[in-house]
Amino acid sequence: FPDVAGYVGFANLPNQVHRKSVKKGFEFTLMVVGESGLGKSTLINSLFLTDLYPERYVPGAAEKIERTVQIEASTVEIEERGVKLRLTVVDTPGYGDAINSQDCFRPIIQYIDHQFERYLHDESGLNRRHIVDNRVHCCFYFISPFGHGLKPLDVEFMKAIHSKVNIVPVIAKADTLTLRERERLKRRILDEITEHGIRIYQLPDADSDEDEEFKEQTMILKASVPFAVIGSNQLIEVKGKKIRGRLYPWGVVEVENPEHNDFLKLRTMLVTHMQDLQEVTQDLHYENFRSERLKRVGRDVEDDTVDKDKILLQKEAELRRMQEMIAQMQAQMRMKPADNGDGH
Amino acid sequence: MASADIVRQMGESVRPLSLSGHVGFDSLPDQLVNKSTSQGFCFNILCVGETGIGKSTLMDTLFNTSFEGSQSTHYENRVKLKAQTYELQESTARLKLTIVNSVGFGDQINKEDSYKPIIDYTDAQFEAYLQEELKIKRSLHNYHDSRIHVCLYFISPTGHSLKSLDLVTMKKLDSKVNIIPVIAKADTIAKNELHKFKIKIMSELVSNGVQIYQFPIDDETVAKINSAMNGHLPFAVIGSTEEVKVGNKMVKARQYPWGVVQVENENHSDFVKLREMLVCVNMEDLREQTHTRHYELYRRCKLEEMGFKDTDPNNKPVSLQETYEAKRNEFLGDLQRKEEEMRQMFVMRVKEKESQLKEAERELQDKFEHLKKMHQEERKKLDEKKSVLDEEMSIFNKRKAATELLQGQAFQTAPQMNLKKDKDRKNY
Repeated sequence: FPDVAGYVGFANLPNQVHRKSVKKGFEFTLMVVGESGLGKSTLINSLFLTDLYPERYVPGAAEKIERTVQIEASTVEIEERGVKLRLTVVDTPGYGDAINSQDCFRPIIQYIDHQFERYLHDESGLNRRHIVDNRVHCCFYFISPFGHGLKPLDVEFMKAIHSKVNIVPVIAKADTLTLRERERLKRRILDEITEHGIRIYQLPDADSDEDEEFKEQTMILKASVPFAVIGSNQLIEVKGKKIRGRLYPWGVVEVENPEHNDFLKLRTMLVTHMQDLQEVTQDLHYENFRSERLKRVGRDVEDDTVDKDKILLQKEAELRRMQEMIAQMQAQMRMKPADNGDGH
Repeated sequence: MASADIVRQMGESVRPLSLSGHVGFDSLPDQLVNKSTSQGFCFNILCVGETGIGKSTLMDTLFNTSFEGSQSTHYENRVKLKAQTYELQESTARLKLTIVNSVGFGDQINKEDSYKPIIDYTDAQFEAYLQEELKIKRSLHNYHDSRIHVCLYFISPTGHSLKSLDLVTMKKLDSKVNIIPVIAKADTIAKNELHKFKIKIMSELVSNGVQIYQFPIDDETVAKINSAMNGHLPFAVIGSTEEVKVGNKMVKARQYPWGVVQVENENHSDFVKLREMLVCVNMEDLREQTHTRHYELYRRCKLEEMGFKDTDPNNKPVSLQETYEAKRNEFLGDLQRKEEEMRQMFVMRVKEKESQLKEAERELQDKFEHLKKMHQEERKKLDEKKSVLDEEMSIFNKRKAATELLQGQAFQTAPQMNLKKDKDRKNY
């Protein structure tokens, strides 16, 4: 684009976009999925520096045997420097708890589809003034650090939703892994993700006109997936400062220390790519859902025409066969009168 | 049994006798020790826990060696058990240690049947021992006892409570084997959370009626330490075979960016407590409990299943021999009856077949007769027709002869008239 000679004024457009978006406010829906006891709630509290789960009921083992998955969505409005964010966290208690986890994630898929359905309905309506976007923009999937990699349930779940939502895999309770074990587990998980054809959220490369620092940050973020995180609700005093951490007899694990875990990277990723997560949800997952949905409605008509074609083909084949038979019979009859003459 | 009766009778009149000198039978325990040392000891541990929870590492750390083993995969479609036996020696004691690890436990999506292979394995070991015991010619002192003496159940350090699989499995196992629950990978639980977690686990076990192994407090010498340890269950353990330099010593530890977790530091983990309890103090008691409680329960159930009882319907004591004889006769009677039945059925079938064949024979015979008759009748008819035909032929021949004769005579009298007639015929 050649630079305009003289002053026109549309260089101000980005500011106008900024102003309008601040006025409008942002909405973001984050879903967390993982077995009980992996620290999901603690991590969410640490991420948004708030207490999203004030009175939580954790059932005992006996109740978990037949437990089904519940979907609990809680919405909060948080504000930072005038920018308002309407954050919805969708929790999935009961995932993986029951002794038979077959189909345990069906409620989750139904929820995601339901949000898509609602948006589709609103989008196709006559009055489109107040469309609320409750679609799930991102799903944090918590992987247990106590195993050797992905478990069969992890694989099945991710394969079932990777075409519906952006998956960000997270290694939970990372303070149980030494640095070497952490690298090994990350590599193992990435290998298994590729092996099973699971599509996780890919951070977009930095644009070429961004500054070096941002480009480097993006590269580091991309190389750290899956993020190995620790969360904490407690403040501990370290070197005169109160920070979030976990106190052990052998030391203190600091949540926001990049040498201890990838928590800061996860938060940076989420915050700087919130917009991109929404875009990918809109442009990829939602469009997928929409086209599948609309195709399904038209499929009944298609079935009829397909049948008719088939019937036509069949009838033509039959006709051809009949014609061949007639030709044969005629040929035979032409031969017969000669026979009759001789026979007499 | 006779001597036992005598002792019982004498129970009231056994009087303690004080010795005025040293006899020497205080060496009896030593004799026992010498015998068992020369025989060698045998101990079998079952480790049940999710894949990757640290079962093999803990065993390596506990026994200070490295048992062979490779990392398991998460994708087993069934739970299996892998057993390996090792011979270890420490000063004069020789130990034949068998470690049985669960493979694929907790990985399947449907875990309803996960406990079954474990139960089957423990039962199979009991069964093998029972079979050996019941043999006529048995060698129990040479028998390699494969019964599981202790089950270490590895609990995942979620910090909340037991998992549903843990509860179901331990409930099934508690009547078969001594269970010692341990919290694995305990270096992820902060100190204040650990206490709450332990209490939650124990209360869940109690409220669901799961019986775990209690360290015995009946022996005064170890009662104090054992009862203290009972209060520390489940043990929060860490395992490591790697060594890290701490101070000026190399210790077994795990190195983190925020500190070093030492395995044998009692502030860091209950590993030392576990080793004390499991190996140093209570190994023999675990074996004894397995034999006198769990094995006896299995034996009783099994024999009752087979129909053995200690007392017959009149509440009079019945010896195993008599019951065995009675059972044997019962079986033989059954066998004879079944044989009789089969024989009768066989005879009946033969008779049936015989009558069927006879019936068929008769039918064939009838048909044959019938056909023969028809044949004869046809023959007769043909003969009659033939004779009629013959007659006609002879009549015809006679007539022919007669006419020829007449023709011959007519031809001689008028030959000219015939020639003219021939000419006329030719002109037509």
